[in-house]
Amino acid sequence: MFKGVRVKNNTAKMANTLRELGLSLGRGIILAGIMFVILTPLISIISDAFMDEVDVFNPLIFLIPETFTLENFRMAFTHLNYVSTLGTTMGLALSAMVLQVLACSLTGYGFARFDFPGKNVLFGVVILSIVVPVQSYMVSLFTQFRFFGAFGWETNLLNTFGPVLIMSSLGMGLRSGLFIYIFRQFFKGLPKDLEEAALIDGAGWLRTYVSIMLPNAASAIITVSVFSFVWQYNDTFFASMFMQQLNLMPVRLVSLPGFLQHGVSIGSSAFVTLVVSAAVLLAIAPVIILYFGIQRFFMEGVERSGIVG
Amino acid sequence: MKKLQMKMHHKKMMIGYIFIAPWLVGMIIFFAYNLFRSAQFSLNHVDLAVAERFELNYVGMDNFNFAFREHATFLRVLTESITETLIAVPLIIFFSLFVAMLINRKFALRGFVRAIFFLPVIMASPAINSALDGAARAIAGGVTSMAPDMAGAAAGINTMALLVMLTDFGLPLQVANYIADAIAQLFIIIRASGVQIIIFLAALQSVPSSMYEVAKIEGATAYETFWKVTFPLVSPLVLTNVVYTIIDGFSRTEVVELAHETAFFRMNFGLSAAMSLSSSLAISVVLVVIGYFVSKKVFYHV
Repeated sequence: MFKGVRVKNNTAKMANTLRELGLSLGRGIILAGIMFVILTPLISIISDAFMDEVDVFNPLIFLIPETFTLENFRMAFTHLNYVSTLGTTMGLALSAMVLQVLACSLTGYGFARFDFPGKNVLFGVVILSIVVPVQSYMVSLFTQFRFFGAFGWETNLLNTFGPVLIMSSLGMGLRSGLFIYIFRQFFKGLPKDLEEAALIDGAGWLRTYVSIMLPNAASAIITVSVFSFVWQYNDTFFASMFMQQLNLMPVRLVSLPGFLQHGVSIGSSAFVTLVVSAAVLLAIAPVIILYFGIQRFFMEGVERSGIVG
Repeated sequence: MKKLQMKMHHKKMMIGYIFIAPWLVGMIIFFAYNLFRSAQFSLNHVDLAVAERFELNYVGMDNFNFAFREHATFLRVLTESITETLIAVPLIIFFSLFVAMLINRKFALRGFVRAIFFLPVIMASPAINSALDGAARAIAGGVTSMAPDMAGAAAGINTMALLVMLTDFGLPLQVANYIADAIAQLFIIIRASGVQIIIFLAALQSVPSSMYEVAKIEGATAYETFWKVTFPLVSPLVLTNVVYTIIDGFSRTEVVELAHETAFFRMNFGLSAAMSLSSSLAISVVLVVIGYFVSKKVFYHV
C-alpha cells in the first residue's frame, strides 16, 4: 500500500514536469515567432551595414556578406559627425527626461490624491492635451518661441535647447500628457495607508511625496524615464521645428541620404543604403545599450515597491 | 473640531493646486493659448506676412464648410482614420497583455528577450524610417538586399483560406473577417504594441507577490488567478493603454498627415487648423465614450 502511494506520487510528479515542459516550450515558440517578426528588419539593416558594395549586386549573397567591411561605419561616423552629435542629443534628451519626470510626477500626484475645485475639468484638459496633436497648433507654437517673451521683452529661442527644456519643465514637453496620465494612474493604484502613516508621523505633504511616494513609484518613474528619453532622442518634430541648426541625431539622420547622394558622389547608389544602414545602427546603439543598463533597475523597482494590499 | 477639519480640507485643496501648478502654467501658456490661436486661424484666411508674423482675414465658418462639403478626401479620410484606429485597439490590448505576461515570468535569457520587445519602441522613430526610405529611393534599381517592407510581407499570409475555414466553422462572417484581418495585420500589431507591453510589464511587476501566494494557498487555478488577481490589479493600466493606443494610432493616421500637408505644402493654415480641430474633436468624443465605459470596470486599491 505504501509503495502504491509512492508510485502514484511519482507519476503525478512526472505529469507535472511534462506539463511544465510543454508550457515553457509553447511559450518559447510563441516568443520566438514574435521576436522573429520584430527582428527581421533589423537583421537586414545589420546585414547591409557590414556589406560591401560588390556584394549588393551579387545575387548569390543573402544576408551574410562575403566581403565583410567596416567602411560603411567609418563613412556614417564621419558624416553624422557622430561624437558631437551624440553628445548634443544625449544632453538634450537626458535633461528633458529629468525635467519631464519631475513635472509630470508632481502633476500626476496632484491629480491622483487631492480634491480641488475644477479637478475633473483640468484632468480633462490633460487628456485633451494628449489627444490634440502638436501638429495642429505648431505654427503658432513656432512663432511663440521665435518671439519668446512678454511685456515688451522678446528673445529668439530657436536653435537653443530653450523650447524643449521650458516645455518639459512645465509639463508640456513631448507626450507629457501621457506621462502625467501614467503617474496619476500609478499613484491612484498605490494604497493610501502609505502616505497616511507618514502624514500622521508629522511629515509635510512635500516631504511625504519626496520620501514616501517617489520611492514607491520607482517602476513608474523608470518607465516614464525610458519613454521620455527614447522619444526625445528620436524626436524629429521638435528637432526640425525648433533646432534645425543644432547637431541632433534625428535631423542628421534624416538629411543623410540626400547628403550622401548629392554631396558625396562616390560609388554607386547602393552605397547610400549601406551607409544609411550603418548610420541607423550607430544612432540606435546608445539607446539599446542604455536600455540594457537600466533593465536591472526595472527589476529592482519592483522588489522595492513593497506595496502590500 | 469641525472648523479644524474645514481648515485641513482647505489646506489640502491648496496643496493640490501647488502640486499641479507647474503644469497649469505650462498648459495655459503653451496649450490653451495656442489652441485658441488655432481656433482663431480656423475662422480666418491666414496669410504669412512679413517677418514670420500672420495676417488674418475673418471668413467665418468657410474653412469648416470647405473641409466637410467640398474637400475631395477629408471626410472619407477622417472616418477611415477613426475606424482603423478603433479596430486595432482590442487586438493591441490583448496582444500586449498576453506578451507582457509571457515575459514577466522567470526564464533563461529574459533580459535579452525583453530588450528585443523594446526594439519596436526605438525603431518606430520617424527619423530612422525616413532615412531608410530616402536610402531606398536612392537605389530604386535591382538591388536584392533592400530592407523589405513588413506590411508587404504581411500581405503574403493567405487570409482567404483562413476566412473560408472560419466561416465553415460556423462563425458569422463579420467575426471571421475581423479575425482574418487581425492575422493579416499581425506584423503591424506587434510593431504597434511596444509601449503597451512595457506599461503592462510595469503594472504586472507592481502586483505584490503575496497576492499570488494567497491565491495559490486558496487553491485558485491559473485561470482564476488571472481573472481574480492579475487582471483587476492591472486594470488601471488597461485604461491607460486603451487611451494611449487610440491616441497613438490616431496620430499616425492619414488625417493628421492631411492637415500637416495642407498647412505646410499648400500654405492653407486656416483650412489646416479647421481640419485638425474637427478631427481632434471627433477623436476626443470617441475617447470620452470609450474611457467612460472602460473606467467603470477599473479597479482601484482603496
